[in-house]
Amino acid sequence: MINKSNIGEVTIEEKGFKVIIKQKEEPAQNFITGGAPMPVSYAQQQQAPVIQSGAPAGAGEKPKAEATPDNLVTIKSPMIGTFYRSASPGKPQFVQVGDEVTPGKVVCIIEAMKLFNEIESEVKGRIVKVLVEDASPVEYDQPLFLVEP
Amino acid sequence: MIANRGEIALRVIRTCREMGIKTVAVYSTADKDSLHVKFADEAVCIGKPASADSYLNIPHIMAAAEITNADGIHPGYGFLAENARFAEICGEHNIKFIGPTPDQIRSMGDKMTAKETMIRAGVPVVPGGESLLASLEESKSLAKDVGYPIILKATAGGGGKGMRVVWEEDEMERAYNAAKTEAAASFKNDGLYMEKFVEEPRHIEIQIAGDRYGKICHLSERDCSIQRRHQKLVEESPSPFMTPELRQRMGDAAIKAASAIGYESVGTIEFLVDKHRNFYFMEMNTRIQVEHCVTEEVTNFDLIKEQIKIASGEAISGLNYEPQMYAIECRINAEDPYNDFRPSPGKITNLHQPGGHGIRIDSHVYGGYIIPPYYDSMIAKIIAVARTREEAINTMSRALSEYVIEGVKTTIPFHQQLMKNEDFISGNFNTKFLESFKMV
Repeated sequence: MINKSNIGEVTIEEKGFKVIIKQKEEPAQNFITGGAPMPVSYAQQQQAPVIQSGAPAGAGEKPKAEATPDNLVTIKSPMIGTFYRSASPGKPQFVQVGDEVTPGKVVCIIEAMKLFNEIESEVKGRIVKVLVEDASPVEYDQPLFLVEP
Repeated sequence: MIANRGEIALRVIRTCREMGIKTVAVYSTADKDSLHVKFADEAVCIGKPASADSYLNIPHIMAAAEITNADGIHPGYGFLAENARFAEICGEHNIKFIGPTPDQIRSMGDKMTAKETMIRAGVPVVPGGESLLASLEESKSLAKDVGYPIILKATAGGGGKGMRVVWEEDEMERAYNAAKTEAAASFKNDGLYMEKFVEEPRHIEIQIAGDRYGKICHLSERDCSIQRRHQKLVEESPSPFMTPELRQRMGDAAIKAASAIGYESVGTIEFLVDKHRNFYFMEMNTRIQVEHCVTEEVTNFDLIKEQIKIASGEAISGLNYEPQMYAIECRINAEDPYNDFRPSPGKITNLHQPGGHGIRIDSHVYGGYIIPPYYDSMIAKIIAVARTREEAINTMSRALSEYVIEGVKTTIPFHQQLMKNEDFISGNFNTKFLESFKMV
């Protein structure tokens, strides 16, 4: 379906009859953000900035996820709860920056409703960054560790 | 915490903001750009898009309540709103479930039990059997007593599933087996009961509210007869079929019904009303409903606020409330009315909402929003309020003509045609109305 508000060019010939309707070209410069042109496909779209299509600002800003450098893999939280870096206070941390991990290695504990769940890595590599502080709440899919395979 | 999504999550958050209550939204990964997530004070992602992994996942929701220190959970409608076990679990975790008690949910959740409770309370019910049907033979002999046409219904049922209308004995065997199979598949419970099939009934429901001190009141009726496959599309108050005398009788019956279980919170008693203005208890919804806005506009109460106040222990006045205005609500779904109401998820490329005197819109969508395919198709409720029914219809028509939603198909054209329909305008309709309604 042609976007009704976006017709750029109409050609009509006669005799044999030919109608050509073209959509307006996407503007090279998005004047709102003033930066690179907005990617068209949804798959590439960033978290929509508040001033773009009308999604109003909420009561507070939610912290935005950092962009992951292409070569690194993110270990994400499979559950909701409180993230702990060691089995209990005083015990050594499961992993630290620089450690090697393999699939099955316990990297942290996430606790919910008094149940302590050991979270295992599904990837092989070296821990480059720990993204969450000890004893802080995490949600589903929240990035926990950056791993260099 | 609001254990829900879409427009109702937004609705609850709005009232909480007015009451100074901090809010936590939960969302599946498919809903991360949803408006309720942006409006809440905090938000927790609770799982993958499928409802079973997120909005129906009790452990995930309780974990989210735990890490945010939620004091109460509002379940909205649908999802876990009428899940007695969920209400119980909230209680076990010292989190206030904003709704009735688990026992109250249970007693009305099983349709057969609810009916028995109503009979004992002296509330008129649709004539029929007093217990689950034990066999095909019993069905046939009972139907003879009750008188055809009859309807077989699933005791654990809802949404029109596990139901079969039977017009004569020859049809009974096939209908009985089909209903049982469908009930088993949909609800894992193949129990059936029988009722007289009330022909061409109107669906008129009464909004009630009860506090924890035993007081119950009603806020009059909503007429929800405009339904497609047992799904409501338009609701209004007052009902064009209502009389002051009928409202009093139905209001009293609704209060009796709620009192019979000592109901606490807001709820709705659904009745079928035949052409002689006899009314019969159909079921009770122990939650806030989609169409609660209609009652809000005609009685001038914030029902979510009342619900929260009741949950925090406030007493109600005990007075009943009658409609002071006329209100009509149209449910706007992302469906194609020209193609059998096929769902139409996708990106809303252009959105412009109507405004002006007498128009209220409850909606979670915005220009650029992508309607996910995993949940129900309702994207907005538009309510028109006026001093007469004719003016309300007129205002609705005017507003619908301004409503622009592009990129997806919506039922706006359907509502536009309905508002111009002679029978609708004259109030001459019942639950069969849409079967013969054709889109032009």
